[in-house]
Amino acid sequence: MPRTAFDQRLTEIQEDMLVLADMVESAIDRSIQALKDRNVEVARQVIDDDIKINRKRYEVEEKCLELIATQQPLAGDLRTIVAVLYMVVDLERMGDHAEGIAKIVVTLADEPPLKPYVDLPRMADIATEMLRESLEAFKHRDVERARAIIDRDDEVDALYNQVDRELLTYMLNDPRTIERATYLIWVAHNLERIADRVTNVCERVVYLVTGKVEELNVSKY
Amino acid sequence: MAQVSELQADTEGSPTFGEVVIDIDHLSVWYGGFQALRDITLPLPGQRVTAIIGPSGCGKSTLIRCLNRMNDLVPNFRAEGHVLFEGQDVYARRVDPVDVRRRIGMVFQKPNPFPKSIYENVAFGARINGYTGRLDDIVEHALRQAALWNEVKDILRRNALTLSGGQQQRLCIARTLAIEPEVILMDEPCSALDPVATLKIEDLMRELAEIYAIIIVTHNMQQAARVADFTAVMMMAPDRAGEMVEFGRTRQIFTNPRDKRTEDYITGRFG
Repeated sequence: MPRTAFDQRLTEIQEDMLVLADMVESAIDRSIQALKDRNVEVARQVIDDDIKINRKRYEVEEKCLELIATQQPLAGDLRTIVAVLYMVVDLERMGDHAEGIAKIVVTLADEPPLKPYVDLPRMADIATEMLRESLEAFKHRDVERARAIIDRDDEVDALYNQVDRELLTYMLNDPRTIERATYLIWVAHNLERIADRVTNVCERVVYLVTGKVEELNVSKY
Repeated sequence: MAQVSELQADTEGSPTFGEVVIDIDHLSVWYGGFQALRDITLPLPGQRVTAIIGPSGCGKSTLIRCLNRMNDLVPNFRAEGHVLFEGQDVYARRVDPVDVRRRIGMVFQKPNPFPKSIYENVAFGARINGYTGRLDDIVEHALRQAALWNEVKDILRRNALTLSGGQQQRLCIARTLAIEPEVILMDEPCSALDPVATLKIEDLMRELAEIYAIIIVTHNMQQAARVADFTAVMMMAPDRAGEMVEFGRTRQIFTNPRDKRTEDYITGRFG
């Protein structure tokens, strides 16, 4: 016996969450592109758009709470709603990290460039690939796929270390670079946090399928 | 089906199973040619609330009524297998069903007080069971245990039928408690009550579970989720015989059932 209206709402919150994920992915992409191109206009757009991401998160949250209050979901339905509730929080915070990068782009706009960016875009590429892959794992309820993503977080952590060390040498050689280098370390930190939050999404996929809350990734930072 | 040893394991935040008080062992029941229950095996723990849930007609009431031989008077009733109460088969030849029913009390769907005073309703069972202690004390103790004393202490001589439905049901629980049973069976005890009275009975069940084994049959899954430590799920087979599908900790049954049929039933996709 299908529960047509309920099933429709359950599908809707998942689709809404995927829309939110698209918005976040776009914010990350644009913030890094703005950093590479020193494009303040694009950065400002990312900052302005963050409010839309926040609104979307609260919209999905409200729908989830309404479903819990009115439909008494249980078992797999309940796990889906709870997983979505947690995932939208992580997605919204990823959006905040992208906004953080965009703000740094604006701050650095009047400063001369410190160096060409290689590792930061690489970190962003891996983080967004992880994000996309985690959402595929969610769509297909694929635990193995979710677990596999966790390993990629180590790549991001390694790049973060590398960026940190490299920028430190700039600062040691020339104290005039300290302010710019510190901001760039913050960019790297934001990207590292995004990848960490993707691992939270993966943990929720595992929970959704198995009903078990497992800590898959213990962050080094 | 979760094993007792698994349920006895101390999982953080989950109730442990404790001692098995009633052990239903491969029980099958027939009413004439119709098989109502097939091969039910279910251990029931002491000092815990166990809920039995399942769709209409799956044999929940038949099962609970087997535990204190309430089906004996149903024409053509026949049982195979065992219902062990503290190791003794309640269907063994030398067992007196009246004694079984004294030790395993029952509360029914519709409050059914006798058309007598509140006091007499509680004292009645104790009196016919030959209690020699002070009846006043027995009545007060039972009414207190049933969380009804404060509401009726000044009107003990009033007819029980003047009480509200929720009070009548608590009176029936007091009546059951007065003869000091070891297990209390409750067959849909809240289905005739409003939400406030229902929550009072549920609170009472939690309190009583500190002393007694409580077995409750309910259609209301939220009630099972709220009140039970353990939950058993029954279903009807194609020949309409009731079967046990899953038994485990309530939290596991309602968040992560192992059996697809349980999942379909509790998420409302059954039927």
